[in-house]
Amino acid sequence: MSFRFLLVAVVALAGCATTGEGDPRDPLEPLNRTLYEFNNGVDEAIAKPIATVYHGYVPAPLRSYVRNFFANIGDVFIGVNNILQGKPGDGLQDWARFVFNSFFGVFGINDVASDMGLEKHNEDFGQTFGRWGVGEGAYLVLPFLGPSTLRDGVGTVLDIYADPLTNVRPTGLRTTAYMLRLTNTRADLLDAGRILEEAALDKYVFTRDAFLQRRRNLVYDGDPPRESRPRYEEEEQKPPAEKPSTQ
Amino acid sequence: MKTMKTLVQAVLLAALAGLAHAQVPQDLAPDALVKTVTLEVVELIARDKEIQSGNRAKLIGLIEEKVLPHFNFTAMTALAMGQSWNKTTPEQKKILTQEFRMLLVRTYASALAAYSDQKLDFRPLRAKATDTDVTVNVRVLQSGAQPVPIDYNMEKTSSGWKVYDVMVGGVSLVANYRTEFSNVVRESGIDGLIRNLQSKNRQPQPAAEKK
Repeated sequence: MSFRFLLVAVVALAGCATTGEGDPRDPLEPLNRTLYEFNNGVDEAIAKPIATVYHGYVPAPLRSYVRNFFANIGDVFIGVNNILQGKPGDGLQDWARFVFNSFFGVFGINDVASDMGLEKHNEDFGQTFGRWGVGEGAYLVLPFLGPSTLRDGVGTVLDIYADPLTNVRPTGLRTTAYMLRLTNTRADLLDAGRILEEAALDKYVFTRDAFLQRRRNLVYDGDPPRESRPRYEEEEQKPPAEKPSTQ
Repeated sequence: MKTMKTLVQAVLLAALAGLAHAQVPQDLAPDALVKTVTLEVVELIARDKEIQSGNRAKLIGLIEEKVLPHFNFTAMTALAMGQSWNKTTPEQKKILTQEFRMLLVRTYASALAAYSDQKLDFRPLRAKATDTDVTVNVRVLQSGAQPVPIDYNMEKTSSGWKVYDVMVGGVSLVANYRTEFSNVVRESGIDGLIRNLQSKNRQPQPAAEKK
């Protein structure tokens, strides 16, 4: 599997990656940038064109059914993770969602539970480790999978094991289901890709920082300690206290 | 893939809840201000055929008029610059603020153009009446996904409440630009950052998807 290759590559590079100026959270930046470019290449060549065609031909309600179907089967392990994180109430809500949506939502293609006020959660094994106090470790870009960290990468291996699709047989059906889920997810992200193009000076850095902020927020279930706003001199256009800098 | 999805969704929904209306009373509470302006902007877009068929200039005009008066761009630029702000000349500050403002407006327009019919949930403000620095929370509800929170960090000024940071799904826009800015400043100085922003703002807008 490519994971073993990745591990070897990471260890090999960790040995010689000692760049002075880099971000301390991203000691493997040169390798990560290479993988980021690789993933972008795969995306531009395959995933994005397919998703664009899919988005153009499949009407929005149908795409919503697909999204909800896969989101519904995901709720089972979201519930497991909530229980592992010591939140049995949230876990039971996830399973209640699964039951309601599977029956009243017709195999999960309608998210009736959300309409009933049972909100969907976002949990995975990486967040569970974070909740247990495991630090995120170095930032990693995983081939094909995208932004991650050492902690979340291990979590992702468990997520893949726990993914209901992983155990679908025959494998032909499993592959079809993977492809459908991937295509639908990518189609949902087409707008986001355009916004990233618009916003970022350096897409790699922008994506990395957004990912790290987002994961921290998720570990705290959206409610991290609030930091008060730092102050900088001269913000209110007061006269400068210093001489102009040497540029 | 799932985390990637939520992440990018977060960025996508960044601008969603628009803020502003030049005529709103200055003493309006921050949460009421966010709600009033957001609903007005969403409504104006829903009624406007030209914006819906991809008229970017008109959308930007709408944002300029309704949303921007409620943002403190100097504070946003200062926060994104971090320590470098103190080494910036007044002239550089003016240009930086102007360019950063334009970048944010363009990004905001892209995000608003991506908004379709998601329901918005305006949360009650969790703050004391005497607070001068608060977070207003709005959530975007979608089927089959966790609600995406949009948090506006706002500060009370003499001309009403002003936004100094927007957080989408916990991703602070200002914090995200801080690393980008400091990387560029380290490599090519503050003037290098100005040039970088200027060339970024001169690029054509990516083609908008028709609804």
